[in-house]
This record gives sequence, structure tokens and C-alpha cells, in this order.
Amino acid sequence: MIIETKGLRKSFRSRDGKDKAKVDAVRGVDLEVAEGEIFGFIGPNGAGKTTTLRMLATLMTPDGGSATVAGVDLRTQPGDVRRRIGYVAQGGSTWDESTAREELVLQGRMYGLSRSVSQQRATAALDAFQLTEYADRKCKTYSGGQRRRVDIALGIIHQPKVVFLDEPTSGLDPQSRAHMWDEIRRLRSEGMTVFLTTHYLDEADVLCDRISIMDHGQVVAEGTPDELKHEISGDVVFVGLGSGTPDPALAADAAKLLDREPFVHRLEVAQEGGLRLFVTDGGTAIPLILRALDGAGIALRTIELHRPSLDDVFLTKTGRSLRES
Amino acid sequence: MKLARDTWIIFARQLGLLVRQPVWIFVGVFQPVMYLLLFAPLLKSALAPMGATTDEATYRIFVPGLLVLLAIFGGLFQGFGLIAELRAGVLERSRVTPISRLALLLGRSLRDVVSLIAQAVIITLLALVFGLRVQLGYLLLAYMMLALIALMTSAVSYGVALKVKSEDALAPLMNTVAQPVLLLSGILLPLLLAPAWLRTVAKWNPFSWAVDGTRALFAGDLSNDKVWQGLAITGLLAILSVIWAARQFARSIR
Repeated sequence: MIIETKGLRKSFRSRDGKDKAKVDAVRGVDLEVAEGEIFGFIGPNGAGKTTTLRMLATLMTPDGGSATVAGVDLRTQPGDVRRRIGYVAQGGSTWDESTAREELVLQGRMYGLSRSVSQQRATAALDAFQLTEYADRKCKTYSGGQRRRVDIALGIIHQPKVVFLDEPTSGLDPQSRAHMWDEIRRLRSEGMTVFLTTHYLDEADVLCDRISIMDHGQVVAEGTPDELKHEISGDVVFVGLGSGTPDPALAADAAKLLDREPFVHRLEVAQEGGLRLFVTDGGTAIPLILRALDGAGIALRTIELHRPSLDDVFLTKTGRSLRES
Repeated sequence: MKLARDTWIIFARQLGLLVRQPVWIFVGVFQPVMYLLLFAPLLKSALAPMGATTDEATYRIFVPGLLVLLAIFGGLFQGFGLIAELRAGVLERSRVTPISRLALLLGRSLRDVVSLIAQAVIITLLALVFGLRVQLGYLLLAYMMLALIALMTSAVSYGVALKVKSEDALAPLMNTVAQPVLLLSGILLPLLLAPAWLRTVAKWNPFSWAVDGTRALFAGDLSNDKVWQGLAITGLLAILSVIWAARQFARSIR
């Protein structure tokens, strides 16, 4: 395992108001990341993803627990960890008045490379990330996607074994996002382990080899996207009720009615004015649902059948939808 | 060795960015030049009781104070640039590398020292045109004092910037510190003109020693105790400030 953590913890003192409340941002995280995989950390904002990432990248000292990163103990040898990892923050890392080439050479130098090696690496990185054309223009002239590519190039200039990417595609347009996915896969093909956070479930689904779902500072599920989706046996049926505007009373009536049916394993009241039913077989459940609602005189707007998504996994594990949180 | 190399990397980067926009050096000089042109002539009669009967004597008292003022203010406001770097993520990007934390501070503060000395040279040259006379050796020692002051104030400013993390908090904080320091250091007018109680209070202001020392150097009075005392006090404070500020760079930044 290239990253292994046991019971990693971190809390902050919030300084809001008079009371100094203690906020437990990360509450005992156990992780195992294998070499050469793209590992995704998903969860809502405030789940503790970034804090965990920053601890693993030596930017924050853990309050408790242990971790080894690239074979080195995080707490006793943070300096050695720094040499072996790259970290790309969410908010960018380039200076408006510098050029991409200057930034890359500087970053190489800060990692201890000689000037000439730094310059060679910078040229190679500019080429690999298709930035050569803009290499000597100031960073403030770059598009969001170009800037993000420079950020990633900065994070791997020293050829680390592991690179941490915090929300690498947030705020990018769909085309730049797809481009970024290709770049991230390229890093994996070069033998790097990529540890990223995201709150896009589709991204986690298509990009990551394995994912870990985090909520309230704890890991609530871990596995490949397919494993996690198969853990939820059966299908999900969405039943749209009423005339389109959410009607809580109507939804509650329908929920009460359907909850009694033996083929419904579990149900959730969905925000968009309807119910989400977890059933063994959607095909045979739909006629039964229709009959039950019709018998009770509850008007049906739509009915949809789908395979569980990562959002359903999240819902099952945490009791709420990631989109809502 | 690693510290020297790392410091050089940061210094070269910061100086490179500064030189790209040299206009800031001149903006920094503008205000002191105005004092030199529009305020110093008023002083001649005010300083007459101290024996300043000529332009040369007036500038000898006024220019050292002006340079110390420049060093204090120039240094104290460097933190703004660091907050911009913090916001851009440049600092965090540096902190994931194994670069020395002390170098992150020293590289920046030494850039500030160099830019201050450049400004001091411009002002000295102008003052020479107006009639100031000073010996080169003593002038270099005075620059040494200025360099120590700038090192101290810029380190303090960087350390405070990392603590408050916002321009809105940094500006009033630095102004609040700078104003009494300025008034109690005899920068604009020598404290010899002050009532006894004010002079007693000023004795506790390290910058007042620095100003006295710099004036003695401009006057060519090397035997004056204020020279070594001023150098020792600013040197000590510069070291303490650097140690404190470097610790802020090493601490985790959220």
C-alpha cells in the first residue's frame, strides 16, 4: 500500500462568538491506497476531505492516528514525505505576474533540483500538458483550464510517487474537465498514484479505480465504484407525485402506503416531489406500485427505473443525498 | 548551505518580480522626496536652536530621520504582498516542497532590504544635490542600520500577515503600531526639542535609538555611544523578529 492511515484525527477550535467550540473535522480515518491507482475521495463540502488531504501532504499535523505515505512515516519524517509527494491545492497556485515556465522552474528549484534540470523538466512538462504555446505569457492571461494544467504540472515537477489533487476539476467547463481526466489518467499510466477529492459523482464513477465516501469526518464506504453500487442490491424506482410542485403531505401519504408493501426494501422522500424506492426487481415492482397508488387514489406524475448510482450509495450510507448536502 | 541556496532561490524570484515593475521603487521614494523638498526647508529655522544654521546642517539632522522613516514604513507594509501570495496559493505551493521555512522569510525580507537600500541611495543622492555632505564610510554604516531596521519591520509584517491573513486587519494594525513609533522616535524633529517626559518615554522606543545613531553617523561622530547602541538594539530586534516570523512560516496555514 502506498498510503496507509490508521485512525487519523484532526480537530479545530472555531473562533465564532465567545464560546470556543471544538470542531472535529476528521474523526478517525482508515485508508489504504494501492500503488498506481486513481483513488477518489468523495463527500459533501465540510466532510473532512481537504483536511485529510492536507494532513497527508504534511501541510497540517494530525492530532492523532498514524499514516505512512510512500513508505515514509508521516509524523516522524514529514520532510521525506514532501520529497516523495506532490500536492495541488483547490484554489490554484500560480502568481499572476509570472509565466508558467518561471513557475515551473521555481518549483523544481524549491524541490532541490539544479537550475538546468529544473529548466529541462519545465520544458518537458509544458510540452506534456500542451502549454508550450503559452509558456512565456503571464499566468493572468490563462484560461481556467490552462491555469489548472499549470497547477498540476507544478505538483509533479519533481516526479513524485504520489500526487494529491484537491478538487482538480471544480469550476471547469465540461470540455476542460474531460481534458483534465485524460491528464489524470496519463499520470497513472506513468506509474504515479493519484489521490483526488471530488464532489462530482460522475467523475468518481468514470475516473477512479477505487473510491472512499467520507461524511462528517469519517469514511462511510470504500471500494470500486461498481462494488459500491452492487452493494445496494436491486433497482431504484423513482415515483413522481402530484402536479409537479413538491407536496409533503401527499408524499407522506404515499410513503406510508408503500412502506407496507413487502417488495419495498427501503424508501426515501425525494426533494423533487416524489419517492425513491429501493426494490429487488424494478420490472415486477412497477405494476405493483401503480396498483397500490391507484387503489389509494394518489395521482402519479412520472415513474422511472434506474440502476443504483453513487448518489444512491451515498444516500444509503448517510441517509441523505449528496446533491442535497 | 541549504539555507543559503534556498534563500537565494526565493530572493531571486522576489527580486525578479520587483524589477519587472520598477515603478514601485519610485512610488516608494515619492513621499520622502516630497518631505525633502517641501518640509525640510521649513526646518532650518526650527532647528536653529540646535545649531543648524546652514542647509548642510539641517539636512544632516533631517535626512537620517527620513531614511529611518522609510525603512520602518517600507518594511511594515510588505505583509500586504504576502497576503496576496497566500491568497493565490503560492505560499502553500512552497510549503509542500522541502524548502527551508526560514528561507521563505529571509528571501523575501532580503528583497525588501535591497529595495529599501535602493530607495535610500536615491534619496541620499538628491539630498547631496541640496547640500548634504556625508562621508562614505559613515554613510555605509548608516545604511547597515537601515538594513537591520528594514529586516526587522518586514519580518514582523510578514509574521503578522500570516497571523491575520487579511489586508483589512493588517492595514489598521500596522498603522496603529507605526504612528506612535514614528512620533516617539524623533524622526521628523529631534527629541532634543521635546519636554523631558516625552524624552523619557522615547527612551523605550528602539527606533529612537536607531534614529539617534543614524544622525550621529551622518554627523561623522563615530565616537558617539548612540552609534553602537543603535546598531546593537536594531540588530538584536531584527534577529528576534526573524526567528518569530520564521516560526509563522513553519506553522500550518489553513
